[in-house]
Amino acid sequence: MNVEHGVHDAPYFVPSPSRWPIVGAVALFFFALGAALTVNKVAAGWYSLAGGLAILFWMLFGWFGDVIRESQQQQYGQQVDWSLRWGMSWFIFSEVMFFAAFFGALFYARSIAIPELGGDTLTRQLLWPDSQAAWPGNSAPTSTSYTPMGALGIPAINTAILLTSGATLTWAHWGLVRGRRLQLICGLVATIYLAALFLALQAYEYHHGFLDLNLTLASGAYGATFYLLTGFHGLHVFVGTLMLCVMLARASQGHFSEKQHFGFEAAAWYWHFVDVVWLLLFVVVYWL
Amino acid sequence: MTHEHPHGDHDTVRGWRRWLYATNHKDIGTLYLCFAGLMFFTGGIMALGIRLELFQPGLQYWQPEFYNQLVTLHGVIMVFGAIMPAFTGLANWMLPLMIGAPDMAFARMNNWSFWLLPPAALLLVISLFVPGGAAAAGWTFYPPLSLQDGMGMDFAIFAIHLLGISSIMGSINIVVTVLNMRAPGMTLLKMPLFAWTSLITAYLLIAVAPVLAGAVTMLLTDRHFDTHFFKAAGGGDPVLFQHIFWFFGHPEVYIMALPAFGIVSQIIPTFTRKPLFGYVSMVYATCAIGIMSFTVWAHHMFSVGMPATAQLFFMFMTMLIAVPTGVKVFNWIATMWEGSMSFETPMLFAIGFVCLFTVGGFSGLVLSIAPIDTQMHDTYYVVAHFHYVLVAGALFSLFGAVYYWLPKWTGYMYSEKLGKLHFWWSMIAFNITFFPMHFLGLAGMPRRIPDYALQFTDFNALATVGSMLFGLAQLLFVYNIVHCVRGGVGKASACPWDGANTLEWQVASPAPHHTWHEPPSEAIVRRGLVAQALENRHE
Repeated sequence: MNVEHGVHDAPYFVPSPSRWPIVGAVALFFFALGAALTVNKVAAGWYSLAGGLAILFWMLFGWFGDVIRESQQQQYGQQVDWSLRWGMSWFIFSEVMFFAAFFGALFYARSIAIPELGGDTLTRQLLWPDSQAAWPGNSAPTSTSYTPMGALGIPAINTAILLTSGATLTWAHWGLVRGRRLQLICGLVATIYLAALFLALQAYEYHHGFLDLNLTLASGAYGATFYLLTGFHGLHVFVGTLMLCVMLARASQGHFSEKQHFGFEAAAWYWHFVDVVWLLLFVVVYWL
Repeated sequence: MTHEHPHGDHDTVRGWRRWLYATNHKDIGTLYLCFAGLMFFTGGIMALGIRLELFQPGLQYWQPEFYNQLVTLHGVIMVFGAIMPAFTGLANWMLPLMIGAPDMAFARMNNWSFWLLPPAALLLVISLFVPGGAAAAGWTFYPPLSLQDGMGMDFAIFAIHLLGISSIMGSINIVVTVLNMRAPGMTLLKMPLFAWTSLITAYLLIAVAPVLAGAVTMLLTDRHFDTHFFKAAGGGDPVLFQHIFWFFGHPEVYIMALPAFGIVSQIIPTFTRKPLFGYVSMVYATCAIGIMSFTVWAHHMFSVGMPATAQLFFMFMTMLIAVPTGVKVFNWIATMWEGSMSFETPMLFAIGFVCLFTVGGFSGLVLSIAPIDTQMHDTYYVVAHFHYVLVAGALFSLFGAVYYWLPKWTGYMYSEKLGKLHFWWSMIAFNITFFPMHFLGLAGMPRRIPDYALQFTDFNALATVGSMLFGLAQLLFVYNIVHCVRGGVGKASACPWDGANTLEWQVASPAPHHTWHEPPSEAIVRRGLVAQALENRHE
């Protein structure tokens, strides 16, 4: 495999010593420390959390800036390109496994825990008044009753939005491959617009859920899996959107060539991954 | 070899910046190994604190709450701070050398992977001093106990997040390096076995570290954000946590065992001066373990209540996974068969590994039998079992690896006499410590309790004496390393071992800061492969 994509044409790019990794480690230390303190209502935690986040952003700008500069200087040969492809694929695989944990929790609660708690057993009577072994159910111990989120309406619209955004992104990619810069930029703008729309609608949906449906994190196993699955997905959409914005900025500065544009492809892979997770979510969280 | 390259400023960074800004796989490997050593002694002192309390019945030194914190931190630090970073460090140091790559695939990210470890360790240490003390629910963090712990648990949760991020990045680096950076002519089935086991280990870690992250995230939201994942009072289930945790936890066991298999598969052929017996079957066994380790997790949960069919499934799968492991043990023995063996320290540790890991494997088979496990669950038999696997298994292989590669790292030979003393001292002290625990467990002594009934006293006293001796032996280990770094018993040649044929022995000792900037020629690669019987002489 190595022989094909050129060990021989250029030496593998090994970066010089860099300050960014240690900066990133310091950032995540303060972020983690701050988070641990904040969840325990220690006021000073906020400063640590915010400081960590600020350092993290500084690091991300610096580090990715270095990478983009090196890429623009043609320092990455074909073998580096393959490393990046493998690396991004395995990163996405790890993300899949992260979501798998929460999907697993959902399936377990739904088909094992709830039925087991149900029936006319003493366990069920001891849970809370009016508890029922149903999914999604409508009552929880702390909030007296809630209404589950329906699949039609915003979730269905959001599905359409995300699917469309996948298409516009592919259209942008076609533009890049064929050297049509305007098509690339228009496609990216459209995708980012759809992404923002998705996030706004999801924010509205949460607002509606909390205030009108009384659906909160405390709404039993349903509320917990609903908010953590859709919430982590939303976070990933947000990160994906940031990636696309960076790609847009790079595209409008003339970065990327028809043949070499892995940065764009990586963002696109990530976007499609987020898309697929949403489809699963729509089916098992909202619909079924 | 004076190739002009645009980034010739590699070596200009000196002093503390060399380590903080490192991108060199050898420097980062050294950092990993030193950190692992430090954590080994931190966790080890906690273990001695545990044994001290158990020297006699009744409460002597610690309050039960603090005892539980010791048990928890000992587990977390040894697993995530000592064993795993040590293997990652070895992979960092040795993989590029062994497969003929100039460095790891992502040299900067490599440094980030390492430097996330000290912050995680720091969080765990800080957690000892917060109100309520450190996490005290055991390294498995089972709810409801982990939901009731104080803020120390949150520190542990975020420490685990950092460790997970570090593991995922480190593993992606290893996988990509092995898949994309091999020397010309070294196909997958011609790699050193250590590269194979590192590859499969890293794949397992990419698959399960995120699952652990998910599990502790749910713990966090259950603790602070009113969710009910693990609270039956809201339709959740504490058993769900056990399923998710062990879906991570059982592959994790192999994450700590597979690299050990790889190391032993390098050491034994060298000191028997014979090619590894059954190379391809070793690779297949490694891959089989990589897949099957996802299908055995609930054997940790036989006593929590499961349908009989599920118990049978997990019981049989667990017995089945002993088959590829057995393939490996038989292959090592067959490699030694009729070899011209010599017993330098690495070889002693490798043989010690084969013997004692097999004992741990057999006690594992005993525990895999659901009706027996119902008796033994959470007794000292389990403690004995996994310490045979992790101390005499993972740790002994690490000792072997350190002695095997020290000449390459330092350019000097360690003292063989002191190395052998370290081995025999550790071997005997280990067995004095952990063998009696089998009997204690069979007699019904529960684990994770600071006090015990009178009839368990003798074996516990013996185990405590053994543990102190084992701890002392490790001071000798440190002395041996320091002695070697400072000149040892003389300079080491590029290849100090007769039977070693992998690529790392083709570079000078100590290994220059940069190696294989130009990949090794096909002739060099071929010569090594022929000597390992991975390629035909006349091909």
